[in-house]
Amino acid sequence: MNYTDTQIWLIVALMGIGTFLIRFSFLGLVGNRPLPDWLLRHLRYTAVAILPALVAPLVLWPPATGGTPEASRLAAAAATVAVGYATKSPIWGILAGFFTFVGVGALT
Amino acid sequence: MQPEIRPSQAFWQGVTGALPFTIVVMPFGLLFGVVGTEAGLDLAQVMGFSFLVIAGASQFAALQLMTENAPTLIVVASALAVNLRMAMYSASLAPYLGPAPLWQRALIAYMMVDQTYALSQQRYEAAPPLSLSAKVAFFFGAAAPVVPIWYAATLAGVLVGTAIPPEWGLDFAVPITFLALTAPALRTVAHIGAAFTSVTVVLLCAGLPWNLGLLVAGLAGMVVGAEIERRMTARTEDAAE
Repeated sequence: MNYTDTQIWLIVALMGIGTFLIRFSFLGLVGNRPLPDWLLRHLRYTAVAILPALVAPLVLWPPATGGTPEASRLAAAAATVAVGYATKSPIWGILAGFFTFVGVGALT
Repeated sequence: MQPEIRPSQAFWQGVTGALPFTIVVMPFGLLFGVVGTEAGLDLAQVMGFSFLVIAGASQFAALQLMTENAPTLIVVASALAVNLRMAMYSASLAPYLGPAPLWQRALIAYMMVDQTYALSQQRYEAAPPLSLSAKVAFFFGAAAPVVPIWYAATLAGVLVGTAIPPEWGLDFAVPITFLALTAPALRTVAHIGAAFTSVTVVLLCAGLPWNLGLLVAGLAGMVVGAEIERRMTARTEDAAE
């Protein structure tokens, strides 16, 4: 990580202010007017659109291996998604991913 | 007629409802403290994130992009994109909490996380109805265990993190966390379509500078998810006629 302390605090401050404004938006400023349907429809998918996109390159081309795909990371990602989806629980997904990562890593 | 629920009773209903969620919040706070410290942030900076932002997924997103040395504005824009869903939370609580005093609404906004939102929204829709001050008290009750545990777990993570040798390589903790948060959210075809689209687009856009591919992919995923939902709703309405 190559940031000055000022840059790091700038990131923290902007994220803090931005996140507060998102949360305060309708509650604080806009009042009781309902959101248009099309906007609500798009907002519903922000998390499932952004989070996997952030992860996909890290799973396929992990920086720690210099970008070469690696069995333990691919298996751990698959196990996390499968168990998280089946149990509907992030915690079980994390545990499955963690143990697969360590287990396959020890075998290879 | 039933006696009205007092604000103090509503507060404790909120506390009781939120207690099970602390089991989920604790490991995420702990992990953020550990991974933030490993990435090179100091105690004040890690705590600054958890205190000023209180949004785990976006904090992890910022951290990931910072380890890739992305430009400051890209880090902020991508992390805020993760939090856009909270505009929806704000809109859905506004009819219930809109008449509350400004300082209370500001405090509620500060503590609006997935858990406090979901609990309060459910309670406000249920019977028996709460007075305005009881609604506000319920929200604060739901936040009372969740928010302090988020701070404390982050702090514990920082203290543990400095004790973990760097060669343990926690680089894969963040990807696993995000996948674990996404998988249970894939409730409908539209959610799956959104996730699948954004993953495909981000891999195709891997050549774009400054992680711009992430924002393009996020937008594409949202549009596809919303469009699938619109078509499925239209079909259901046709069938009902």
